[in-house]
Amino acid sequence: MKKVIMGNHALSYGAMLSRAQVIAAYPITPQTQVVELLSEMCADGTLNAKFIKVESEHSAMAACLGASLAGARTFTATSAQGLALMHEMLHWAAGGRMPVVMGNINRAMAPGWSIWTDQNDSLSERDTGWIQFYCSSNQEVLDTVIQAFKVSEKLMIPSMIILDAFALSHTYEVVEIPEQDKVDRFLPPFNPPWRLTPDDPHAFGGLTSPDHYMELRYKLQKDMEKVPALVEETGKEYEQLFGRYLGQVEEYLCADAELVFVTSGTAGYTARVAVDELREKGIKAGNFRIKLFRPFPFEKVRAVLSGVPRVAVLDRNISYGHHGIFYQEVKSALYGQPRSPLIFGFIAGLGGRDITRDSFKEIADYALKKDRAGEEIVWIGVKK
Amino acid sequence: MIEIRFHGRGGQGTVVASKILADALAKEGNYVQAYPEFGVERRGAPVFAFIRIDSKPIFDKSKIYNPDHVVVVDPTLVEAIDVTEGLKDGGYIIINSNNPPEHFKFPSRFKVFTIDATEIAVKHRLGTLAAPIVNTAITGAVIKILNLTRLESLAEAIREGISIRPEDNVRAAIEAYEKA
Repeated sequence: MKKVIMGNHALSYGAMLSRAQVIAAYPITPQTQVVELLSEMCADGTLNAKFIKVESEHSAMAACLGASLAGARTFTATSAQGLALMHEMLHWAAGGRMPVVMGNINRAMAPGWSIWTDQNDSLSERDTGWIQFYCSSNQEVLDTVIQAFKVSEKLMIPSMIILDAFALSHTYEVVEIPEQDKVDRFLPPFNPPWRLTPDDPHAFGGLTSPDHYMELRYKLQKDMEKVPALVEETGKEYEQLFGRYLGQVEEYLCADAELVFVTSGTAGYTARVAVDELREKGIKAGNFRIKLFRPFPFEKVRAVLSGVPRVAVLDRNISYGHHGIFYQEVKSALYGQPRSPLIFGFIAGLGGRDITRDSFKEIADYALKKDRAGEEIVWIGVKK
Repeated sequence: MIEIRFHGRGGQGTVVASKILADALAKEGNYVQAYPEFGVERRGAPVFAFIRIDSKPIFDKSKIYNPDHVVVVDPTLVEAIDVTEGLKDGGYIIINSNNPPEHFKFPSRFKVFTIDATEIAVKHRLGTLAAPIVNTAITGAVIKILNLTRLESLAEAIREGISIRPEDNVRAAIEAYEKA
């Protein structure tokens, strides 16, 4: 069934079709409609789940963790300051191997007080051990929630589904809502290898001496390394059932390109239109959209970008004192590789400033003119 | 691709109008993208809503700066702001007003249409006399003037999308469609 829905509701439908059993959340602009709809679904019986109202995001995640440990499929959603308040609990989720799935609406961190989009909120949680998917359409949001539960529960690692404030969260698009019985075939009930139950007592999160702690971290990393292959495998399985492939990255006209944009989020779709327009003018541009950011898709980045003459990485974020974060990661993936491209870094769209087709033309103008790529940060659309 | 900008005031249902229109167009196999002004809305303050329509998937996620057409839900906005900002040459300006199109002084590169959606909304008792809800009536006029979709699709979208007195809203849309 096709429906015109907002990005926030794509998250809600994804959680509903995944048969989430426990939802605990605290409202925050621009995430509010995600949990509004889920609470309605819980109230009218559309979704057979326990909806837990809490007094803060820290408690929301804590409630999700308790439920997840008890063996419930668990979902929540937040944004910006709310995500930051969860920070401690995010480490608990990943370190404790609790496969919660969470929607995060990318909203700029305050101050200055903002409700508009950028990626610094979710990228500040880069090293907490969560899988991160950056989405570009409402369809992709819905489909990825379902896929994320499958990936997360198989490896016992939590997932964050990330979408831009307003540009996706409040934008209505046509979305194919999958049939429940097909989703059930793709995603069987959550059956964790261990759970919190009096019938089979275990201790969780206890004191871990130097003799053991490092092995827990080694295992988390080893399982993280399995995510890219599992995303490919589940993405193909999803395609067989629903006709939509869900990969780690999306390549658009990269094969013969002289310049490839590296993008994410909604800008990763606008870039495709800019590529078409540049090609009409005879410039062989391409777009490489990173969807899976953690773990980083090293193999895909190397396979596609090695040998491309010029790469322009667009960041809607900044690591102050260094550079855009995707830029750093792309460079690290290509370091020491044969036929490494010239890699340029651009910062745009902070705090909801629009990223347009013209932004990409400005980027192309710069990247095609320079013969060397240094550490210079190129700011797009900033008033200096 | 067709891009339309809606001008209204907070509380008039302008964003809902764009959503209803998107629903109606999607029913006929179009790709649509509808969004409100990105930000905070206040009752009575000028608000915007936008819609993109295409026969193929829409990848452009940036804002609309050069709409093909504009719809003015509240006629007092014509004096308050420049509703033609960025409007493409040949663009239509559809205004909710009891005045004829000639009443409005716009450059001749634009084409002006008026529809008295307020009168229609009041007649069908939508909203209150002081604050009639004109959005469904407006959509009836818009699909006719811009030849966007069939009236049946719009009626279906209104029935699905408006929970309070949907049939009166459908009747208002039909009347506006016929008068436009």
